[in-house]
Amino acid sequence: MRMPATLIAPATALALAAPAYAKVIPVPAGQNAQGRLQEALILAAPGDVVELGEGRFVLTDGLSLDIKGVTVRGAGMEATVLDFSGQKGAGEGLLVTSDEVTLRDFAVENTKGDGIKSKGADNIVYYRVRVTWTGGPKETNGAYGIYPVSSTGVLVDGCKVSGASDAGIYVGQSKAITVRYNYVEQSVAGIEIENSRDALVAHNFVTRNTGGILVFDLPNLPVMGGGNTLIASNMVVGNDTPNFAPKGNIVAGVPRGTGVMVMANEGIEIAGNTLVDNPTAHIIVVAYPKAFTDKSYNPYPRDVRIIVNLFLGGGDDPQLPGGKQLAQAFGGALPPLVWDGLGEAPRFPAPNGEVLKALNLGLASQGANPATAKPTLMAIKGSAPDLFTVAQGQASAGPPQPGAPAALDARARP
Amino acid sequence: MRLLLAALLLAGAAVATAETAPQAQVQVSDSAVTAENFPARLSDYGFFADGARQVPAKGVTPYRLQTPLWSDGAEKLRFVYLPAGTKAKAQGDGLLDLPVGAALIKTFKLEGRLIETRVLLHRAEGWVALPYQWNREQTEARLALAGARLELKTPQGQAISYAIPNKNQCKECHQQKDAVVPIGPKARNLSAAWLASFHKAGKLDAVPLVTSRVPLWEDRAKLAAAPVARGWLDSNCAHCHNPAGSASNSGLDLRWEQSDPIALGINKRPVAAGRGSGGLEFDVLPGHPDKSIMLYRMGSLEGGISMPEVGRSSIDPDGMAAVTKWIGEMKR
Repeated sequence: MRMPATLIAPATALALAAPAYAKVIPVPAGQNAQGRLQEALILAAPGDVVELGEGRFVLTDGLSLDIKGVTVRGAGMEATVLDFSGQKGAGEGLLVTSDEVTLRDFAVENTKGDGIKSKGADNIVYYRVRVTWTGGPKETNGAYGIYPVSSTGVLVDGCKVSGASDAGIYVGQSKAITVRYNYVEQSVAGIEIENSRDALVAHNFVTRNTGGILVFDLPNLPVMGGGNTLIASNMVVGNDTPNFAPKGNIVAGVPRGTGVMVMANEGIEIAGNTLVDNPTAHIIVVAYPKAFTDKSYNPYPRDVRIIVNLFLGGGDDPQLPGGKQLAQAFGGALPPLVWDGLGEAPRFPAPNGEVLKALNLGLASQGANPATAKPTLMAIKGSAPDLFTVAQGQASAGPPQPGAPAALDARARP
Repeated sequence: MRLLLAALLLAGAAVATAETAPQAQVQVSDSAVTAENFPARLSDYGFFADGARQVPAKGVTPYRLQTPLWSDGAEKLRFVYLPAGTKAKAQGDGLLDLPVGAALIKTFKLEGRLIETRVLLHRAEGWVALPYQWNREQTEARLALAGARLELKTPQGQAISYAIPNKNQCKECHQQKDAVVPIGPKARNLSAAWLASFHKAGKLDAVPLVTSRVPLWEDRAKLAAAPVARGWLDSNCAHCHNPAGSASNSGLDLRWEQSDPIALGINKRPVAAGRGSGGLEFDVLPGHPDKSIMLYRMGSLEGGISMPEVGRSSIDPDGMAAVTKWIGEMKR
């Protein structure tokens, strides 16, 4: 045993010396992927690229990265696969806890918990990353596919998530966020923005989820007061997967067939989306429905604007109390918007004379049992002067333009 | 440095061949503790006069915690090293303030042998946490930056895949905001007698005033359920579940000093628990241990469900019992 010790010691010391320049650290697939990849992630220096080879990395534990400015790059979201099917521990596949990290061009499959989590990791870029639970939608799948939390500056671009038992792409307790050009399917929530501000969710394709895009604000969390978020130009199509979230989670209450859902929050604009065949409702706007004691929390939706969206089909099989009868009463399908009647009524900045039809559930108060709803049809009249207040970003004294810092764009290119 | 290394190797060889342990003159290498690199071997630090028997070197003081973190039933040997001429500072009932150059050393023993030794080194740029894995011969422990998995048996005879944490996982628990900090040696989790003796030995500037001490774990049968459970939660969960820890976004705060029921999980709904909720609605439902997510997760071994997320591969029966009793006795 002594011989190798003396031989190894100098070699290891060399490897541990910090380099003065950024370098590429190649990590091929193959034997002992866990140890080799984790060691590369620990020994990388700021600016380095950890380059994952083509093929399948068979992993037994969670991986983590805690070095600022590192890029983890694979050979493509189909070519490089981190396979966690045999994972024994940790709450996620890959955990990032450092700033300015770029994750790109690889896939994560079958993690026991979340796919990729980044916490307190400012200015992170997820680019063309795939997270898949290969067995389809199952309650035993991990909760979140792509899970940035407690961060400022988040860009999720060109990613693909399938099978998350909570949200495919979940951004929590963060600000300055862009989620764009992603494809999310067969998850309970396609994309969820929670307790966050200044988010731009644009040009995504969300289909076959329970609910397409959720914007929630919840009590009893270190960061509350979500809002100033723009949901624009998304394709929200056929979100009809039965809810398979484990009970206890807030998304377990999302009706199957929801297009876009806003819960609490302030200043949400839903603009220019194409919403097709979402069988409960294309857009749902509600107050937080549970009891709470947190005095600093506002459970009501405020200043929700719904602007020039295209609604096709949908509302024909609503998963709401008495939904079937309601749909029948309204000629076979509910109108595109369902509002619980609590907080401020959603607004419809559109030319005068245009009307957005909505179902007002008429709940008496926050926390009221949905079975006590007194639904009525309402028509929200177009109010042109408000058109595109956030979308145009012209308000000089108003809230900041939603979205991630422009500097992150450079890290999200082919 | 080379000479010192050679001396240590010789000392090690002596241990391997002779039963005597005449290494009282072994000195801790202050440069190994404070250097910028990661020493490849535990013996590079010189923390032990006799590593195999865990006999500490000069300046290295053993200690224990009132209620420790449970790690698959492993026996844990804890030591604190202070460089000559330095002192720790008392900070009320909180963490002892250990000077740069200090180190905390924790060795894990299972199946009657040394498995790993984790060191926390207080360097100029902050604390650094490193894991070292012992060899079969028990003559040396080597740096295991990427961690390791070992097939072992718990003291109860259960076969487990024991995990040595990787360097980042060390930090997952030891990080508070942007800094790595020690977890264990808080005055409230150290005995009055040990604190007094540490002070008397000139290694602590004052005996800290502790208003509410975490109970001694072995005394739990004689004590009320709440302080026993809260002590266990403080040592086993609160390093992540506090407003500056890795699990801050959960809003759950299980520190000893926390008194807000919601922060402690009582009637608190989960946030990002996923399947960790187990289909249950509240972290802690008073009077209903079987309907409390906290116990569901403590009682699971599955990734994505089990809590703590790292550091255990089996279930802590005594911890479960303590928390079950606490929740069970709460008024419904």
